[in-house]
Amino acid sequence: MTNYLEVRNLSKRFGDFSALGDVSLDVVEGEFVCFLGPSGCGKTTLLRAIAGLDPQTSGTIRQKGRDVSALPPAQRDFGIVFQSYALFPNLTVAANVGYGLVNRRQNRGAIAKRVTELLALVGLPDAGPKYPAQLSGGQQQRVALARALATSPGLLLLDEPLSALDARVRLRLRHEIKALQRTLGVTTIMVTHDQEEALTMADRIVVMNHGAIEQVGMPQEIYRRPATAFVADFVGSMNFLAGTLMAPDKVRVAGVDFACPVQDGLAPGQKVSLCIRPEDVRVRDLPADISNRVPVEVAELDFVGAFCRAILRARASADVAVTADFSSNLIRDLGVDIGTKLDIALPPDRLRVFA
Amino acid sequence: MSLAVPGLKVGLSRDDLMMRAGVVVLAGVLLVMVGLPLWALLAKGFEDRDGKFIGLANYVSYFSTPALFQSALNSLQVASVTTVIVVPLAFVYAYALTRTVLPMRWLFQGISLIPIFAPSLLPGIALIYLFGTQGFFKALLGDGSIYGIDGIVIAQVFYCFPHATLILTTALATADARLYEAADVLGASRRRVFFTVTLPGAKYGLISAALVVFTLVMTDFGIAKVIGGNFNVLATDVYKKVIGQQDFSMGAVVGMVLLAPAALAFLVDRLVQRKQVALLTARAVPLVPRPKFARDLFFTLFCLLVSAAILAILGMAIWGSLIKYWPYNLGLTLDNYDFAKFDSNGWDSYWNSVRMALGAAVFGTVLMFTGAWLNEKTRGFGMMRGVVQLLAFLPMAVPGLVLGLGYIFFFNAPNNPLNFLYATMGILVLNTVAHFYTVGHLTATTALKQIDPEFEAVSASLKVPIWKTFVRVTAPICLPAILDIAIYLFVNAMTTVSSVIFLYAPDTKLASVAAVNIEEAGTTAAAAALCVVIVLTSAAVKAAHLIADRFLFARLQVWRRR
Repeated sequence: MTNYLEVRNLSKRFGDFSALGDVSLDVVEGEFVCFLGPSGCGKTTLLRAIAGLDPQTSGTIRQKGRDVSALPPAQRDFGIVFQSYALFPNLTVAANVGYGLVNRRQNRGAIAKRVTELLALVGLPDAGPKYPAQLSGGQQQRVALARALATSPGLLLLDEPLSALDARVRLRLRHEIKALQRTLGVTTIMVTHDQEEALTMADRIVVMNHGAIEQVGMPQEIYRRPATAFVADFVGSMNFLAGTLMAPDKVRVAGVDFACPVQDGLAPGQKVSLCIRPEDVRVRDLPADISNRVPVEVAELDFVGAFCRAILRARASADVAVTADFSSNLIRDLGVDIGTKLDIALPPDRLRVFA
Repeated sequence: MSLAVPGLKVGLSRDDLMMRAGVVVLAGVLLVMVGLPLWALLAKGFEDRDGKFIGLANYVSYFSTPALFQSALNSLQVASVTTVIVVPLAFVYAYALTRTVLPMRWLFQGISLIPIFAPSLLPGIALIYLFGTQGFFKALLGDGSIYGIDGIVIAQVFYCFPHATLILTTALATADARLYEAADVLGASRRRVFFTVTLPGAKYGLISAALVVFTLVMTDFGIAKVIGGNFNVLATDVYKKVIGQQDFSMGAVVGMVLLAPAALAFLVDRLVQRKQVALLTARAVPLVPRPKFARDLFFTLFCLLVSAAILAILGMAIWGSLIKYWPYNLGLTLDNYDFAKFDSNGWDSYWNSVRMALGAAVFGTVLMFTGAWLNEKTRGFGMMRGVVQLLAFLPMAVPGLVLGLGYIFFFNAPNNPLNFLYATMGILVLNTVAHFYTVGHLTATTALKQIDPEFEAVSASLKVPIWKTFVRVTAPICLPAILDIAIYLFVNAMTTVSSVIFLYAPDTKLASVAAVNIEEAGTTAAAAALCVVIVLTSAAVKAAHLIADRFLFARLQVWRRR
């Protein structure tokens, strides 16, 4: 596995505002990487720096061993797709896709053949003679993708490519783009603020916040073992219970001690958050000696379709509330309703502790 | 992203270098067309007749000459009175066009634009026919005279009306129907809706219209020249000083005095416009007026009245140009159109105007659109682009007479290598393009801002040179705006008097200037005839534009259809 892209100590400042602070990152050849984060986190800034569109203030970028840090976009090797598609409205779909090929002094026949091939690849074999305005948003985005891939770039950059589309089209295109990327094996970086998009499409996710990288990892890793409170909160839903670290494997919340995985980096006595995902809260068949058992009462029950989201208030202390996801089966079997008294358990191996 | 902290020295692509070179050239061209002539004018004001530096002496003598100072007051008076009349008139007219159901709306809109196609002396001439010493309705005036402030104001109202109407129509057209529905639901009276929704929505348009009218009147020369009589204003003073007395330094001083209010009005307008936020969001529902008999009848009658007045003035000029010997022999003739009888240039001045207007339209459009593109799309290079932006905005604040005067001083200087341009068609084209630069630049910039900002990024990633994308994509998309600029330049080049009156040579005399000369010589009918020819030409070009837009370009721009 070789590093296709190496970003080192990249910073970008606008006046006093730091848009990117000392970011370093490696991307492996053929990999699909997602930059994920809230708006203003620096993910687009990082992508545009990699493209050379808005150069960094300091730091280096190496692409396939070549230092491209100071090169203008035209001298770098990438294809790019924007949220707005940026299709040329006055050119036909075929002319759009062939736009970068015409300049390479290929003969007409070869260009036409390549365009046909690309349009077939993105599933629009008959769109060639149409104008972009005659296509739907999803179709336009596919044309934009074909145009970006036409010159066979080594790096494909996708800047929120699905954000302007409606939900159904977005779901379908997610799979198509991912499948296409796998077929072509082109190294791809996608910027998105949609965690679900990142989780389903990426080989690796780079979670960013305030111009810095919070965590880099595979989707499961990011979801299961978030490295910071920010990642835990931003990706998926998470309960945050305020407590104090009593021992490396013990957190006290509202006077009750909870067993948790051993914490190395934190000192006993420190204020911490004890975290658990709503779907990890156990209710059924609790053994008598299970640890982290909490008697609760159902305070609210929101029907969300496939499951219900319940807010459970600890019977011992009304300030402590936990959100849990209950399947419809569970609700039926246990007769859960507002006011129902239950016992739940927070499995220690599912607990995360953050300072 | 001009705030980016410099640190890394980024390499420049061939595109970047080309664009930057383009911006430098553009800055140079604008400096020659706008910056240096104005500088020459400024410097001239501090020199005596022999070119020696004498500090503020000219200014001191100006402000201590009561007759000259009186002209400044006269200008202010005429401009204020005209503004107070035109703006409400145009507001009601624009309201009728946008908020009521008018029969044949397009016709009323078209008639309101007529004065734009005429040189400013046309209404002056028409008023002379109607109320002059031998006018049809002279008797109505009693002891009064049309020569003087009354005549100037009436003619200025005609001349400024379309400009104010255009601005206010735009301001009133951008209304959100939801606001009116909300007001209705809340039970607000129509009066209250007008004062709480309609008027605030048009506030910036009203301010803008008032400032534009004020500036137009302050700086116009043709009307005061024809019908001003002994009522002197700043614009005629400049002309008298320079052409009559050959006192260039004093001319420069009066020019600077004329520049001050125009520049001030421009600055105020910029400041006000900056405060304006987009009233019409993407979600707004456009307001479509519903028929209401009494209201529509009232506004239709109002528009009929105003349109009749505009047509009467235009009609009077046309009729006057066709009459044998006013007012004694009212038989019709085309003799007045045989311009050779009245001016040694004959019809040549007309063809000069057409050539000049075509030249300005072609050269100006290319320069303005390419310039706006360079300035908009060049990466980095903030300082130089700022200079270009400033020079592009400057002409808006500079009256034509003042710019023309600056051109004399700058291009006629013996040590200027561009001296060869003096007294050629080239300098007329250059001056006209400079005079009307700002509007074209703004039109182009607005059109460029509306297209996807990532086109250049895409072509860079596809390794296509940026100029190729300019030719294949950007310019074709902006074709409607490009044509608007060209027509705007053509019409203004045909009608302008003020900036070119100092710059023509015997063989490059323009129709509008010839009209001033012929009128000065006392042959009103021939001057009217020349004005009519100008109106017909510019109106015909505009009509051709509209027809072409409707039929030809619809076919060229299939891609706009969904």
